[in-house]
Amino acid sequence: MEPRSVAIVGAAETTELGRIPGLSQIQLHADAALNAMADCGLKPSDIDGVATAGEAPAGIAHYLGITPTWVDGTSVGGCSFMLHVRHAAAAINEGLCEVALVTHGESGRSRVGRGGFAGAPASLAGQYEAPYGLSGPPSMFTLGVLRYMKETGMTHEQLASVSVVQREWAALNPRSTFKDPITVDDVLNSRMIAYPFRLLQCCLVTDGGGALILVSKERARDFPTKPVYILGTGESVETPMISQMEDMTTSRAFRVAGSRAFEEAGITHDDVDHVMIYDAFAHLPIYGLEDLGFVGRGEAGAFIEARNTAPGGPLPVNTNGGGLSYMHSGMYGMYALQESVRQMRGTAPAQVPDAKISVCHGVGGMFMASGTIIMTNE
Amino acid sequence: MADDYKGPVPVPTPETQDFWDGAKRGELRLQRCDEDDCDDVIFPARSFCPCCGSRSVSNFTASGRGKLYSYVINHRPPPGFGPEPHAIAIVELDEGPRMMTNIIDCEQTPEALVLDMPVEVAFTPITDEISLPKFRPAGG
Repeated sequence: MEPRSVAIVGAAETTELGRIPGLSQIQLHADAALNAMADCGLKPSDIDGVATAGEAPAGIAHYLGITPTWVDGTSVGGCSFMLHVRHAAAAINEGLCEVALVTHGESGRSRVGRGGFAGAPASLAGQYEAPYGLSGPPSMFTLGVLRYMKETGMTHEQLASVSVVQREWAALNPRSTFKDPITVDDVLNSRMIAYPFRLLQCCLVTDGGGALILVSKERARDFPTKPVYILGTGESVETPMISQMEDMTTSRAFRVAGSRAFEEAGITHDDVDHVMIYDAFAHLPIYGLEDLGFVGRGEAGAFIEARNTAPGGPLPVNTNGGGLSYMHSGMYGMYALQESVRQMRGTAPAQVPDAKISVCHGVGGMFMASGTIIMTNE
Repeated sequence: MADDYKGPVPVPTPETQDFWDGAKRGELRLQRCDEDDCDDVIFPARSFCPCCGSRSVSNFTASGRGKLYSYVINHRPPPGFGPEPHAIAIVELDEGPRMMTNIIDCEQTPEALVLDMPVEVAFTPITDEISLPKFRPAGG
């Protein structure tokens, strides 16, 4: 990085050190963070970048009331925070955020609220979500959809059409897990998993992997493959607890990441030829199309039902068949990226003719996190 | 009831202890920011306001009333919660915050579980120390 281009302006430790049985681990992070903010006269709302280890950056951001445009959860042991500082400097230089907060807190002796991974009995999710009879993502990720349907009027048939359209794309892809055509009735008659979601509205569970290699624009000329350039990027997190989303009918993390990526790319939605929206469940493309701004509030169900995202439609979405029909290993984002790269190289099984710009949008956790990458072949 | 419960048991932290002490007494406890220009209602509990960053917040007993905001009906209940399908619900409290819960004293069907219906808190003891806030149709 450019020498002297970034400075540390606020710094503090927790109010007490030693034995602190009165504070949980996440509260130690918060105490140190609030002290550092007080040190330089900032409030949580002034901060737009969060890096931490030991706790999840989404947990820290939500606990403190921060809406980040940059997060870093690099966790490589005790030196993680040195790496965070370095990454933060790069992020600030690159304009990914303006005010980065790096936090540490550890109840190493008193062990209060330690092990803050979702579901640990002393974590917030362990206290306020786990005791209500959850069966993983199918019973949680889907929790806002009845609310969405009431507020927008989306029908069960429109939601089912997401699975139908993606199966059509999957049929064009020899590597898809499922290729046989399905109808809206097939979807609505499949086994109930967590009302209103049925089996064919839930992603596959498969094995697989993927990898990407990036180099500078200059170096890219030395490679035999057609370069796929990163045109715009965005990221954010909201909350690790789905019950605590600001609004369960729209994802704040989607909106923040998506608008950042479009702004950075300097494009409008009309410029986009191809879209991938991580579809762990059938409502994800609905939320994604609206939160990324491709359609207005409440319009996505009818938009998909009217075949706008289907083969031959004006806005091809999830052209590999998606998590609903292609594959889903658990962390599907890599496969969405791979399909965007194939589309930009012109090598996709269901190639979109003359596609020049691809928007690839991922979700992390259950609307906990989001990342948007816009690619181009020009 | 407590002997029947086989699910995860919350472990309070210093910040959430007041909530769970209240639940044991049959009170739903929330927090409010003490700053005049903020007045944010906070849930889950923490010792500062995530809206304005103030460290001055107060615990109070909420009305226990709210409305059914959204839900799913889990047809694959985990061990200890089955075998019948049951609703996992989000209730929006009159004070503003939303919380995950179950709806009791009510058929677990889309016909009976109507969005925006008024609900009221009802505590279910699961151990000697922990009672879970659940909700039932108001006046039911």
